[in-house]
Amino acid sequence: MDLQGFGHLLLSGAWVTVKLALTSLAFGLLFGLIGAAAKLSNFRLARILGTLYTTLVRGIPELLLVLSIYFGGSMLLMWLASFFGYTDYIEISAFAAGVAALSIAFGAYATEVFRAALIELPKGQWESAYALGMSRPQTFFRIILPQVWRLALPGLGNLFQVLLKDTALVSVVGLDELMRQAYVASGSTKEPFTFYMAAAFIYLGLTAIATASTMLMERASNPVSRGSRA
Amino acid sequence: MSWDWSVILKYLPRLLEGTWLTLELVAISGLIGIALAVPLALMRVSNSPWVRAFPFAYIFFFRGTPLLVQIFLIYYGASQFEAVKQSVFWEVLKQPYWCAIIAFSMNTAAYSAELIRGAIQAIPKGEIEAAEALGMSKPTQIRRIVLPRAFGIVLPAYGNELILMLKGSSLASTITLLDLTGMARTIIARTYTPLEIFLAAGVIYLLISGVFIGCFRLLEKRLNRYQHYRHQVPVELTKIDPRLQD
Repeated sequence: MDLQGFGHLLLSGAWVTVKLALTSLAFGLLFGLIGAAAKLSNFRLARILGTLYTTLVRGIPELLLVLSIYFGGSMLLMWLASFFGYTDYIEISAFAAGVAALSIAFGAYATEVFRAALIELPKGQWESAYALGMSRPQTFFRIILPQVWRLALPGLGNLFQVLLKDTALVSVVGLDELMRQAYVASGSTKEPFTFYMAAAFIYLGLTAIATASTMLMERASNPVSRGSRA
Repeated sequence: MSWDWSVILKYLPRLLEGTWLTLELVAISGLIGIALAVPLALMRVSNSPWVRAFPFAYIFFFRGTPLLVQIFLIYYGASQFEAVKQSVFWEVLKQPYWCAIIAFSMNTAAYSAELIRGAIQAIPKGEIEAAEALGMSKPTQIRRIVLPRAFGIVLPAYGNELILMLKGSSLASTITLLDLTGMARTIIARTYTPLEIFLAAGVIYLLISGVFIGCFRLLEKRLNRYQHYRHQVPVELTKIDPRLQD
């Protein structure tokens, strides 16, 4: 495959893709935990909001989400800022819009994964921690989260694969990630097949790395393979 | 910011036009996708590693790369080769409509093949053995036992795949097609009311997914009747042995 000196451009695009995916993953996990907490909450309003979040976001295309946040987001922000007397133009960067859209989408699916894992955990785990005098946050972070993590990991791994592939959508609003750089390179060389194929192989490599690291993390989180007697 | 409901009303007919194209794309590529997925899945469960190799590579490629790359590879990539431009396929490959259908069909075929493979492997072994004991040939077994059973098992998962395909069909807008998303973008370019029009498009997508989910619930109830069927034990038998009751 002759890349005619555009190889470094593709690699720099791949680096932006990786940064975008990891940033969205961090926010997405946070949204997922908040969503799961809301859906399992004792408050009816929180449950309704949680259900609304997952139903709405899982039913509309990710591309539509990216476009609405990029084009609609700055209007919304300007409108909010006008209440504080700020009237200048506000623009959302393509990266920020991408992170927002991808993490909202990831969070909606992660909510279901975390919820299933939280339900699967025996209630006695909470009760025994309370009996030892731990507070609710202490119980959650020390006892529940490490176990939920292990149960949720396979599902989250699949979601991360989807997230990694969805980063290509952010090229539509002009972020210089892998897909966009392949577009630029194919435009100046008139060899679109070569460059989209190269991009496809880089994506394959990235998803393969993601799969391998999920497998390693699954093994590390499993007490049996760690050699402990749990 | 001024919220303008009238713009939604004014452009609703255009949005519905786009909705129709979206549904058309999903329906056509869904059907072609299943037609491709069944042989792929059957090859994938073959005993010979040589037969398994092709579907494995196919599924690995299509599930490991973004749909957008696949669409661009077909729509922009095909024009790189003079041989393709001279051939009869060019009539098809120069139209964004057919490129989108090819890309969506091949993409959904990979995902569905993996689902069907799981379903085939979930069929209880005894049912295949029973068919063999009755002297059915391999093709008859597949036609009468394996595929009908796999179809019932795969149904709930396929419903999810269909919704993912509906969402993926929005990518058709990137190759100039005026599907629901494409139409929304065109309207916004003219009116500059992104929030209103994207909201309307989002609601339409939600409604379509809702209808899909409802249809699949009904279909599932009908095809997996045996799971909902309550066995009625004759009264005389319960008199002989009360444990048979329910």
